Amino acid sequence: MSVATRRPVALNALILAFLVIWVIAAAFPFAWTVWGSFKVEADFFSRQSWWSAIEGTRTQAQTGGAFTLAGYDGAWVKNEFWKAAINTLIVTLSVTLISLTIGTLGGYALARSGYRYAFWILIAALIFRAMPHITLVSGYMLPFFQLNIWGVLPTTIIVLVAINQPFTLWMLHSFFLSIPKDLDESAMVDGCTRFQAFRMVIIPVMWPGVITTGLFSFLLGYNDFAVTSMLLAQENQTMVPKIASFLGSIQNEGNVMFAVAAVVSATVPLFILVLFFQRQIVSGLTAGAVKG
Amino acid sequence: MKITRTFAAGAVSLAALLSASAAFADCGIQGAGSVRILSNDFEALRIINDVATSCATADVKVTANATAEHKNIQGPALTVNPAEYTVAVVANNSIVPLLNGDLIRPLDDLVAKYGASLQPNQLIKIDGKVMAIAFMGNGQHLFYRKDILEKAGVAVPTSYEEMLAAAQAIKDAGLMDYPLAASDKPGWDLAAEFVNMYLGTGGEFFAPGSAELAIDNDQGRKVLETMRAMTGFMNPDYLTYDANELNKVWDAGNVALMNQWGSLAGAAIDPAKANPEVAANTGFAAAPTIGGGTIPAAALWWDGFTIAKNISDADAEVSFQAMVKGISPETVAAHPDAATWLVAGYQPGPTAVGVIGNATGGARAYPMQPYMGLLHTALSTELADFIAGKEDADQALADVKAAYDAAAKEGGFLK
Amino acid sequence: MPHRTFFVFIFPSILAMVLFITLPILSVVVQSLFVQHEAVLITVENCTPFGCETQTRVDTAAMQKLQADQPMGQFAGFANYLNRNHLAVDEIGAILADNRGFGDVAARIFNLPFYKALSFTLVYCFLVTPLAMALGFAIALAVNTLPGLLKGPTIFVSILPMIITPLVGSLILAWMFNPSGILGATLQSLTGDPTLSLRASPVLTWIVLLVYGVWTNGPFSFVVFYAGLQTVPQDTVESAKIDGASRWEVTRHVIMPHLAPLATFVALVQLMDNFRVFEPIVGFSAEANATSLSWLVFNDLVGQDAQLFGSAASTSVITIVGVLILLTPVLRRTWREFNRKAV
Repeated sequence: MSVATRRPVALNALILAFLVIWVIAAAFPFAWTVWGSFKVEADFFSRQSWWSAIEGTRTQAQTGGAFTLAGYDGAWVKNEFWKAAINTLIVTLSVTLISLTIGTLGGYALARSGYRYAFWILIAALIFRAMPHITLVSGYMLPFFQLNIWGVLPTTIIVLVAINQPFTLWMLHSFFLSIPKDLDESAMVDGCTRFQAFRMVIIPVMWPGVITTGLFSFLLGYNDFAVTSMLLAQENQTMVPKIASFLGSIQNEGNVMFAVAAVVSATVPLFILVLFFQRQIVSGLTAGAVKG
Repeated sequence: MKITRTFAAGAVSLAALLSASAAFADCGIQGAGSVRILSNDFEALRIINDVATSCATADVKVTANATAEHKNIQGPALTVNPAEYTVAVVANNSIVPLLNGDLIRPLDDLVAKYGASLQPNQLIKIDGKVMAIAFMGNGQHLFYRKDILEKAGVAVPTSYEEMLAAAQAIKDAGLMDYPLAASDKPGWDLAAEFVNMYLGTGGEFFAPGSAELAIDNDQGRKVLETMRAMTGFMNPDYLTYDANELNKVWDAGNVALMNQWGSLAGAAIDPAKANPEVAANTGFAAAPTIGGGTIPAAALWWDGFTIAKNISDADAEVSFQAMVKGISPETVAAHPDAATWLVAGYQPGPTAVGVIGNATGGARAYPMQPYMGLLHTALSTELADFIAGKEDADQALADVKAAYDAAAKEGGFLK
Repeated sequence: MPHRTFFVFIFPSILAMVLFITLPILSVVVQSLFVQHEAVLITVENCTPFGCETQTRVDTAAMQKLQADQPMGQFAGFANYLNRNHLAVDEIGAILADNRGFGDVAARIFNLPFYKALSFTLVYCFLVTPLAMALGFAIALAVNTLPGLLKGPTIFVSILPMIITPLVGSLILAWMFNPSGILGATLQSLTGDPTLSLRASPVLTWIVLLVYGVWTNGPFSFVVFYAGLQTVPQDTVESAKIDGASRWEVTRHVIMPHLAPLATFVALVQLMDNFRVFEPIVGFSAEANATSLSWLVFNDLVGQDAQLFGSAASTSVITIVGVLILLTPVLRRTWREFNRKAV
């Protein structure tokens, strides 16, 4: 290690200050939401002053305590949010697994093919991605009803996989480009078929890229509103349309606190997921084979 | 007005009906088939869906889908044969696409056979045929703060002109900076404000018998002028206020007078949740009149159910019976405060005063013309600049007409 | 790679995309060229609980005949694209032919809904994309210097803005920016202006939306760049340092070129996503001052009572064309890279 790798104190301080500001900017709205989820709506969304959310005067008056679990109770117990949570789990896991399976195959092929049509497939995928989802979804409705496949989870999963495919292809294609060609080609020289080379040589080193891509597929399935709200019947609803239904409509009052409590509790599994996978994101890419 | 008779009749029969509600479990549905309900997602409809679902037997299968997206689902869902849903719960505006597409069936036979508990005014008749059965009413009406009006020394306003005067008096007395509020958020809400007031002027939106727009007149200008004058007494954020937001600023005690949905009146005085000082002083009245008009300037809304056309007659029969059970006087007697019901036996509570006031005052229903939705869309985007104070009334009306004409041509209503 | 192998590998992806994206897009393009049949109107008496009125309705029997003859409606060519609610060619022509100077032209063009939406869409797209990428890159560099123990939590916190459901995320942020919310009130006391409202004026509304855009898009760039940083060849960095390169020069000449392909990818995705900006407009109730192309599509399809399929289809196609134009530089770059690889 040369002397130059040690950072000057001033630079260290600058980096630290920047990170602290960013962490506050990123985390504060969320921390505020977690805090507010234990208050009543009149406090957290007070039109008088935000100080009510700290003091919780109306929470005190309505529930007799400074904190209340009413939001969580309303969402999870009274409105059976757990059903939506299970549906989301099914949808999200399926979308991630299917997207990645067919996406890695496709992305690998695109990265290794030198023919012009591979480029045009990538461009077409890009154009597909530009389409506003609402337009696509409103086009699905009639055929889905005719085929009698509307309202169920598998249809929604396939649609989300398809909508997500352009992104997955692009991202994995970029990652595979950074894996040296020599790796699989030397395996093929040794007598492997293309698929064997993919399985034996590429799969072991592709995980960091796959996990990063998977994270985005996961988020897409997890946060999607346009598709799930229009294509799922009530008993199959996932979390986001359920949360939207807590927000109320033009002529009817919703219960925003149910939505807030639902959002907070819906973030817990993500927290665990990221803590679990960040090791892979951090360590995996440095694992050796993947360089330049 | 028919509605007054309903409410009067309801008071008499209430006691008798309460005792009848014991026989709830068996709905006595004749025939066999499947009932599949599509509805919006709010309390009153959930109650009805639950009652209808409880009617399920070995022969009658009942499912319900309550979703805020119902308007977008109902078209394709009822177009296929057999339709995905046998029952679509609709309102003045959402029935129009179903009528335009010929997706719902006339109910006259079913009413004659199974509709004994329905009242004549519940029947929505299009060209003499019963196409829907209404069960609840709604509309925007006046919310006022008794204490503030008293301190400012003004009476409860009955017209928009009085409302503006009252706002001035409240402001002059130093009671509030921004005494008024309205759902002026560009989008569905803003357009609804215009429609309400324009209905109050007695004007017609379209030339008779055609889709030609006719709001570029003195009434149209009067409405815009009033809307603009009101914003002078509103919080500078008024452009972001929708109906749900109105209830919150009301609850915070920031507003003294506003027009708000009857279906949100209950929440404003709910002892469990509302601000007690504000709730105790909240009063409801019919919507104000406008420009010397005589009727409340607010559209009347009904919610009702329709039966799909593309289903078997057996399914239609059981669906109709299950829904009649769902909106029966027994249901209403068990949940009197869930809505302003149009059903026999309903005794209006304090939160229904405004909607009933609108109805008895002769307010007009939200129009059901096939192209009204297009006008609503045009208003929703084109009035934004006017209400923000960026353009004048003439320009706003010209913009609305241009946007509507383009949409109506696309819809085939204008050449 | 031989054609056959390539096809086998990519078949499932292609099948899914063709079925659920290509076909719907084709039908949307076709739909945008048609208007509905001329409606046959009849005047009838309608009775509701609130009285009877004479109104028009569509003669469904007559319409069914028209529909049976021509199921798509009337062919209209590009009428849907050119009418007043979209590209407004006639209106623009009239404005350009008769106006009172440049300010008048601009004001009148922005009065047209499509151009109002387009202007915000473009500003959002071109400001948020580079700013969010710069922010993400800075965070990635900074997090990379942290000791191992702090990395995990910082990474999690850094991607929070991306993982909160956008619908609720923008609602909560909007609430914090409200004059009585915590950020709005703090700004009021900082500026000493008690009437300051970030949601009342167009300029402030735009700024708030842009800030939200950077906040919520930054983490995406961060994750991709951070993953990319792990693959920077350390020996190159070392030798550059031995050659006396400063920290900045290493970043500029070693790290940034290494991340360039990823940056192309991020720019591509972000430009596209930002061109479709929608959620913040609804979440912040900013419709009065800012609309976007996606919002126009939303308003045509689900925001209102009447669904305008042809209009929504035209706006969607215009959106796609807009994205393509935006992406041309990036695409040309990709094309060059691709050709290099092919050789």
